[in-house]
Amino acid sequence: MEENVKTAAGPERVPAVRMEGITKSFGMKKANINVDLDIYHGEILSLLGENGSGKTTLMNMLSGIYFPDSGSIYVDGKPVSIRSPKDAFDLHIGMIHQHFKLVNVLTAAENVILGLKEGFVLNLKKVRSEVKKICERYGFDVDPDKKVYDMSVSEKQTLEIIKVLYRGADILILDEPTAVLTPQETTRLFEVMRNMKKDGKSIVIITHKLHEVMEISDRVAVLRKGEYVGDIMTDETDPQQLTDMMMGRAVTLNIERSEPKNVRKCLEVSHLSVIDTDGVKKLDDVSFTANGGELLGIAGISGSGQKELLEVIAGLQPAVGGSSVVYTDMDGKTSTLLGRTPMEIKKLGVHLAFVPEDRLGMGLVGNMDIADNMLLRTYQDGGGVFVDMKKSRKLAEEIVQEFDVVTPGISTEVRKLSGGNVQKILVGREIAGNPSLLMSAYAVRGLDINTSYTIYRLMNEQKQRGAAVIYVGEDLDVLLELCDRILVLCAGRVSGIVDGRTATKEQVGLMMTRLSEAEAAK
Amino acid sequence: MGTFFDKIITLLTSAVAFGTVVMYGSLGEILTEKSGHLNLGVPGIMYMGGIGGLLGSFFYEMYVPSPDPTLCLLIAIGAALVCSVLGGLIYSFLTVTLRANQNVTGLTLTIFGSGLANFFGGSLNKLAGGVGQISVAVTSGAIRATQPLTDNLVKTLSASGSGFVRFLGSVMDVLDRLLFSYGFMVYLALVIAILLSLFMNRTSKGLNLRAVGEDPATADAAGINVTRYKYLSTCIGAAISGLGGLYYVMDYIKGTWANDGSIEALGWLAVALVIFATWKPLRSIWGAYLFGALYWLYNYIPGLSRSSQEIFKMLPYIVTIIVLITVSLRHKREDQPPTSLGMSYFREDR
Repeated sequence: MEENVKTAAGPERVPAVRMEGITKSFGMKKANINVDLDIYHGEILSLLGENGSGKTTLMNMLSGIYFPDSGSIYVDGKPVSIRSPKDAFDLHIGMIHQHFKLVNVLTAAENVILGLKEGFVLNLKKVRSEVKKICERYGFDVDPDKKVYDMSVSEKQTLEIIKVLYRGADILILDEPTAVLTPQETTRLFEVMRNMKKDGKSIVIITHKLHEVMEISDRVAVLRKGEYVGDIMTDETDPQQLTDMMMGRAVTLNIERSEPKNVRKCLEVSHLSVIDTDGVKKLDDVSFTANGGELLGIAGISGSGQKELLEVIAGLQPAVGGSSVVYTDMDGKTSTLLGRTPMEIKKLGVHLAFVPEDRLGMGLVGNMDIADNMLLRTYQDGGGVFVDMKKSRKLAEEIVQEFDVVTPGISTEVRKLSGGNVQKILVGREIAGNPSLLMSAYAVRGLDINTSYTIYRLMNEQKQRGAAVIYVGEDLDVLLELCDRILVLCAGRVSGIVDGRTATKEQVGLMMTRLSEAEAAK
Repeated sequence: MGTFFDKIITLLTSAVAFGTVVMYGSLGEILTEKSGHLNLGVPGIMYMGGIGGLLGSFFYEMYVPSPDPTLCLLIAIGAALVCSVLGGLIYSFLTVTLRANQNVTGLTLTIFGSGLANFFGGSLNKLAGGVGQISVAVTSGAIRATQPLTDNLVKTLSASGSGFVRFLGSVMDVLDRLLFSYGFMVYLALVIAILLSLFMNRTSKGLNLRAVGEDPATADAAGINVTRYKYLSTCIGAAISGLGGLYYVMDYIKGTWANDGSIEALGWLAVALVIFATWKPLRSIWGAYLFGALYWLYNYIPGLSRSSQEIFKMLPYIVTIIVLITVSLRHKREDQPPTSLGMSYFREDR
């Protein structure tokens, strides 16, 4: 594979930053092995790699969060030692972290000035006018006196960028900046990035989304399992080649979709309405059927009621009177799920598996190890006073083995694993008992291509087994390739159910943003 | 009528005296907690400050024939600060550097501090020839010295014939007793509270400190030396708390030592006051005086037996619980404890 990779660096240019032979380990785990990387002035560089390939770790060593075990860093040709974030600022390097580094109870201006030595007495007036200047220059819109806890995700990200620019950064590192943004916000961010590039700044964007790499960057550098694979100019490559570089082997980008077999009615939802604690109607008269042996996709702009829908079915939220959720088992016996707790639903004999959006909040317990997390599903089985540790250990071993979970062992706390591995454990546990109904929300969010495809395959397998699978997704291309039918939600209402094989992306996209004429007339 | 009025004034002045001890403790603890460290060793640190000051002045007064009041003051305060900062250093070394559990460390420090202080306090009593025989009259006198600004004026006015002027005189007398009848440490506590409030809200160092307590990872990424802020605020906080112990020993019980655990009780009230004040130094001023008034209220309620007095002494704690409940219900972000309170921070922790 490597011999196909062209090196894009010309010998005549002095890189703004050169990293040479960087190695970093955490305990036994090597996060970066002998990595070389150049960053040039006035370019947008994509740092591409799967989850856990060491992209963030490498950049954290530039921003002073980590210190390399070995290797050297040069800024404008001079060797430097970056021991703390302060050192990085002094070298005009600034990083926008994936998990925002903002203090919630402080205002935008206070966050900007945080940690700076600008006199003993706070001069917020000066900060405000500086922030306004930066906003005007690059086209941002941020109120300096707004508290961070009142901000939307995209406002927080903007604030992070302003913070870095205020400190005079010439090299900006953005760690998966689009993971939390809507498509419109992403477009705006890319515009800002282009503005900054025009201004002569170097920008590194850490990502694993190939279409973004192709759209925004001038050059791509690829990491695989902590090692540097190579770099290539964006206009000389294509997604397939980049995927191969990331994976180290050729990967097909097609999702397998089998024909539904033995379709039977499994779950019937009718006239379902949900009102949240603030009195806002989250779901409005939703009706649909989910069938065993079929994969039902749910599309919609984030926050259109997807979360509420799944949680009502799982027994985690109450619904308004007049709603009904009826489950039909293999023998045709029906039982209603509404008004029952998850435990009562389980006791009914309904094997319901739920992969929630919030993996470490609702799905798994971060501070418990892999084996103990298995117990969360089965601790009440057996009926005795003692829990069956052996079984959960065995299941944990099996999941680690089967799904290639990268972990030092099953006694490792889940929070220490990377996002993809966490999701594998969660999905593995949920499908372990052969569920009759499998619900998943944003199952591939934040996952790399390889893990995503594993998840798609698992969903498909459950469907072939006869389970009713409900898949809430955000990537329309995937939904159209994976699902048999797609239910489109718009502001808590069903704007239609389409066939996954015949529908087009434009059609679904339109339905997501406005109700069809007939629906709207109701 | 006169006696009732007198009673109220006595209640208020004893509330101020009592409140000052608690205020010192809570001001120090507010500073510490703002860095994200819950120091439950406040009672122990107050003990250490108290015994430190007492030891220093006891030996100075014993070996010097005619002790100088200013030097007495300096020695007492210096010794109290050294001892309480030592307590703060022990705590910060364990919780910041070694990242030990903060609750366990704090509770242990309280046990350690009270044991240490009572050991030396007991020895001092023995040296002095019995309980209550300790004499640090000069130091205690210097700390308790009052500045009755209006004293002479009051006397002149009261002596005059006119009824209105006499009335004016008695008003002045009341003001004098309410506001100017205390030793300087009562006013020092107020100054510290105001300075702390200005520091935390108006200076960049104060902003940095708040950020450290809210989100140390963010503060770290912003280039703030998290460890230094945690050490300094814990140790300076301990010094302020320790002054509470000194005030108690030198002023409140007038320069003696009692192995009765009352400093510990006051220390816990100081911790409660931090919550009552919702981590704001200025609120802890009136909170402390309110606690004092509530604590002494039993003296002014007729027909209480010794055992039913104790129920009244619970009032400050009940008020704290009520504050906790209302703050939780209102859920105002600004009234919440520092977000990372009680959690240790390690930069490379994943």
